[in-house]
Amino acid sequence: MPTTYLEAIREGLWEEMERDPGVFLLGEDIGVYGGAFKVTAGFYEHFGEKRVVDTPISEAAIVGAAIGASLMGLRPVAEMQFADFITCAFDQIVNFAAKCRYRWGAAVPIVVRAPSGGGVHGGPFHSQNPEMWFVRTPGLKVVAPATAYDAKGLMKAAIRDNDPVIFFEHKGLYRRIKENLPEGDYAVPIGKARIAREGRDLSIVTYGAMVWTALEAAERLAEEGASVEVVDLRTLLPLDRETICASVRKTSKVLLLHEDTRTGGMAGELAASITESVFEDLDGPIVRVTAPDTPVPYSPPLEEAFLPNAAKVIEKARWLWKY
Amino acid sequence: MSTTTEARPGERREQAELARKCFYYMALMREVEDRIERKLYRQGKIVGGVYVGRGQEAISVGSALVAEEGDVLCPSHRDMGAFLIRGVPAWRILAQYMGRVDGLTRGRDGNMHMGDLKLNIIAIISALAATVPVAAGAALALRYQGKKNVALSYFGEGSTSLGHWHEGLNFASVQKLPVVFLCNNNQYAYSTPAEAQMACANVADRGPAYNMPAEIVDGNDALAVYEATRRAAAHARGGNGPYLLECKTFRMTGHSAHDAAHYVPQHLWDEWGKQDPIERLEARMLAEEWSAAEEIEAERARVRREVDEAVERAERSPLPDASTLLEGVYENQ
Ligand SMILES: Cc1ncc(C[n+]2csc(CCOP(=O)(O)OP(=O)(O)O)c2C)c(N)n1
Ligand SMILES: [Mg+2]
Repeated sequence: MPTTYLEAIREGLWEEMERDPGVFLLGEDIGVYGGAFKVTAGFYEHFGEKRVVDTPISEAAIVGAAIGASLMGLRPVAEMQFADFITCAFDQIVNFAAKCRYRWGAAVPIVVRAPSGGGVHGGPFHSQNPEMWFVRTPGLKVVAPATAYDAKGLMKAAIRDNDPVIFFEHKGLYRRIKENLPEGDYAVPIGKARIAREGRDLSIVTYGAMVWTALEAAERLAEEGASVEVVDLRTLLPLDRETICASVRKTSKVLLLHEDTRTGGMAGELAASITESVFEDLDGPIVRVTAPDTPVPYSPPLEEAFLPNAAKVIEKARWLWKY
Repeated sequence: MSTTTEARPGERREQAELARKCFYYMALMREVEDRIERKLYRQGKIVGGVYVGRGQEAISVGSALVAEEGDVLCPSHRDMGAFLIRGVPAWRILAQYMGRVDGLTRGRDGNMHMGDLKLNIIAIISALAATVPVAAGAALALRYQGKKNVALSYFGEGSTSLGHWHEGLNFASVQKLPVVFLCNNNQYAYSTPAEAQMACANVADRGPAYNMPAEIVDGNDALAVYEATRRAAAHARGGNGPYLLECKTFRMTGHSAHDAAHYVPQHLWDEWGKQDPIERLEARMLAEEWSAAEEIEAERARVRREVDEAVERAERSPLPDASTLLEGVYENQ
């Protein structure tokens, strides 16, 4: 039976809670209600209120308490109801959690789950991709799985990791993506990208929901004779520069794709890394496909124009391929 | 609840007038929200999150009727009455929910996430309680500019768990700012009951911690809300600092249109169903002989007609053109 992206996250959480009694959950409406997206449905009944903590609407306290508990040896997983509200916990994450180890050698093994992403008609405050606020914060780790396999494996790795991990789960993938998962325990290493599709002519480097957009574009470009490689970053911090550069060395052309807005987006960092390391291998300019520098609009025609899609990727990729 | 009191002749007329106004705006809000939640959303004409204030209409209506010209309103996501009273026509609110160009945000945002500075209405963001310190700042400006105006800051009981809320109240109190803080305690925040939200019994219990007068109000009695807000606003207007009102009510709907709210025990629906603020006001109007039954029926019919027309007009408003996506991030752009 194929497992959805959402169920994969559930399984990751569930199995880690079974394995380690120090793992517990805290967040708004996650217990009795099972979470806004039902990721934790059934957890409260099985693990009880000690390990599935329904909190007041207090993101700063949720993350702050997670940090405190982690310093005492527990492994908290904090849920933000939407990634957009992670702003309320910003100080706790970027100043407290991220800087403990460097300052005084204290490990903060927390996971902050952040349901992110657009295409769900959520408007400016239920659609954002705020990963870069954290990617530029040394001391954090940031993951953004695209597949059910990685969602489960990265959840396990995140919980076992001894540093704070921000776990971006794309809301648009929750029920859209499914696959058969292997029996038994596995973890996906943090910091390792994956080749989602092999190709020779051009690399698309991306992550999260945009992996599926890239794969769709690659499929259609194949009909035109272009062999497109898709690199799925999986982890945004620390970045797997080796896998990225190896792909660029192979194809000599690279398109960077993300759903997040353009300026200061992941693509900028990727472009700099690629030019630093494999400039000589490039046979064309580095091309970006991203959302424009605006808030995420609510009205469907505006949101559609805002979000990158396969057609936009194909147009740019075709141009680069022929360059 | 209805108490017939001795009144001077003019007062009786004023009371009747006020009651009729409250009735009209509450009925209008109910009708607009019913169309939104039970019709347009189900027809797919509204997408995304839909939150309504069914059962809580007395709070935004009773309080916003107190606001004078120049007062600033910071309504939250269940306070449509405040917009209607300030003069935002129903069709533009419907256009907002439908993401049309005539919505107050021109399709940029949805539902009650809207404002209009010409009307002194500040738009909320989704992050709860973020508007509370902003309301304090608006009040600071009003005093700074020498105006005798106040800011009305609306939020639910769940929002009082955020740091922003506490910072906003403390700031306003320390600075003695002219703000009326209006809590709708509808006893739930999404699925979370108030007792899992806070260890004190009432939001008003927090007033003393900020040295702020605080009162509990029957939030399903529009006239009581009006009276309390009038007192609180007079206090703030007089330079005595902020005031906290906790309006006890109940959310007679799910958290949003997709939420069936199975977590709410049946007896609460039953008990609070009998406290409907519109029905209660109607009963009072009849008992006090402020209006005749036929007049009230005629008013309901007028509201239905108005909303029929508003829906039609909103549906004629176009969706925004994709080419406008980049406009308006900055001035002159
Ligand atoms: C900072 C923040 N966290 C979480 C949410 C998600 N959320 C939206 S409304 C809501 C419940 C609000 O409860 P309350 O303040 O009591 O207002 P009510 O909806 O009951 O009127 C929650 C948790 C949010 N909007 N902002
Ligand atoms: Mg509430």
